[in-house]
Amino acid sequence: MSGIIEAYNLTKTYRVHQKQPGLIGSLKGLFRREYKLIQAVENISFTIQPQEMVGFLGPNGAGKTTTLKILSGLIYPTSGRAVVLGYTPWERPDSFRRQFSLIMGQKNQLWWDLPAEDSFRLHREIYSIDRKSYKNTLDELTELFDVKKLIRQPVRELSLGERMKMELIAALLHSPRLLLLDEPTIGLDIIAQITIQNSLKEYNTKKGITMLLTSHYMKDIEALCTRVLVIAHGKLFYDGPLRGIIEKFGQYKQVRLRFAGDQLPANLNRFGSVSATGPIVELKVDRDKVASALAQILTQHTIVDMSVQDPPLDQIIAKVFEHAKTNSVPREFIETPQTA
Amino acid sequence: MIKKNQPVIRKSWISIRKYLNILSICLTERMTYRNDFILSTIFRFLPVMTTILLWQAVYRSSGKESIAGFSQRQMIAYLLLIHISRMFSSMPGLANGIAHDIRNGTLKKYMIQPIDMIVFLLCYRCAHKITYITTSAIPYSFLFLICADNFDDFPDLTILLAYILSLLLGFLLGFYFEVCLGMIGFWMLEITSLLWIITTLNYFISGQMMPLNLLPEFWRTVLYILPFQYMAYFPAIVFLGKLSTNQIICGLLIEIGWALILFIIAQYTFYKGLKHYSAFGD
Repeated sequence: MSGIIEAYNLTKTYRVHQKQPGLIGSLKGLFRREYKLIQAVENISFTIQPQEMVGFLGPNGAGKTTTLKILSGLIYPTSGRAVVLGYTPWERPDSFRRQFSLIMGQKNQLWWDLPAEDSFRLHREIYSIDRKSYKNTLDELTELFDVKKLIRQPVRELSLGERMKMELIAALLHSPRLLLLDEPTIGLDIIAQITIQNSLKEYNTKKGITMLLTSHYMKDIEALCTRVLVIAHGKLFYDGPLRGIIEKFGQYKQVRLRFAGDQLPANLNRFGSVSATGPIVELKVDRDKVASALAQILTQHTIVDMSVQDPPLDQIIAKVFEHAKTNSVPREFIETPQTA
Repeated sequence: MIKKNQPVIRKSWISIRKYLNILSICLTERMTYRNDFILSTIFRFLPVMTTILLWQAVYRSSGKESIAGFSQRQMIAYLLLIHISRMFSSMPGLANGIAHDIRNGTLKKYMIQPIDMIVFLLCYRCAHKITYITTSAIPYSFLFLICADNFDDFPDLTILLAYILSLLLGFLLGFYFEVCLGMIGFWMLEITSLLWIITTLNYFISGQMMPLNLLPEFWRTVLYILPFQYMAYFPAIVFLGKLSTNQIICGLLIEIGWALILFIIAQYTFYKGLKHYSAFGD
């Protein structure tokens, strides 16, 4: 079965004007401009199957947004090929545009001084949605995002979170098959983040929409995506299940121990690096040595409380990015995409 | 034959209906700002008043009955009519808005949604003009009532029709002219100062400051061929009955020609601009 997004060797090179500092530099620039080529995206290939929810991870400037722009047809690649919903995105035929949505930043599609409902009505006309299904979809979506009472209120009076929900509703009104999201929860408080995560998840289960989203907020990715693409320096670095990242890059586990009494046992550092606060000790133990280390500790000492955890995803991802900086793409990390 | 054409007709009807609906939604949007409209209409009278007073002073000090074929009464009528012309042809913020959309990336929505930016902006401007013209109808008719003795007889039906046509064409001309200017934003980072120069120049060469009859013959011919006078001067003198039927027809044809040329330039530069944008992003 063919994917809903198929990208083959996408490469995008920008030509960026290099300006010399200072006034003299500016004057020089008037006569001779110097350009630098920047590889925003290099040889990226992946396939996304219908109904998948895929997270797109990478540090700032890694090429995530560029890739989303190529896939939505805003820019065309320097080389490579992409098929999205069966179309070449940068040809931008209307039939393609009717089937997807892109939310990029908070540059909004809503009229600031008017209630969101007026903007929704405009969308109804732009996408030629018939009145009956428009009404049904709007009811459904306002219920899903829990903003039924707010759609008659001018957008400028809404909170950031409520505005983002309205943006999402506007993007989903025409029942797109594909939703591309660039940082959908940036700047939102934790409650708004969680409601948006839940709503998106529910919408995906109900409607089977395909989603590709970038986020710097790992909780989003953990909550929504089973599969992640990691991109760094324009190159695809990892493609596989989220668990796979933790297993590959989280080589240690965090072991928290609380010893009985005030005395901490010496030479715990033979098991891994140690950090202690009072009677609680945190050990970073190699994945394969956790069992033997625990067995030894338990036989030698009295333990009041203990836990074994994966390191937080943020830390693992930071490590992956760090790793990407020093190494070229290790091919073995790119797994064949999971078929849904 | 007819059957073959039907889908095309149907398709274009659907598309026309879509944009008509968009127009009506834009109308509600514009109505939100009606108070601002009323205020700005009132304040727009102030500059007319000063220009009228200025010309009265000119007539008094020159001691002449008529200047460039305009009597004092006609001059005042002309200045008032220029306001009507500008009600149709001026497009505040259009070029800047386009350049702004290009610069900060709001342009994206026109590339992603199944909508044509230029047609959408045209609908939006129509809504803007309809609201503006209807809200200012009352204060304007009041003003014209006060100044009624400056006008000769009301023009006959043909002239009135030609006048209305010239105003509507002036709207299209003004619209596509500003759209073309806005498209420069694809290649230039900042177009504000360029727009300022053009607006200032336009104020003079479109006849907003004074009738173009005051200019030497050569410049009058140049301006006759250029599009600017059709945004202010031309409709006004049509109304005043200063042109023969032939002159009116020629003028209207030139106006149609310019509307078409600017339409084509706007479409072409938009097409080229999007290509440029797609290559470089924002």
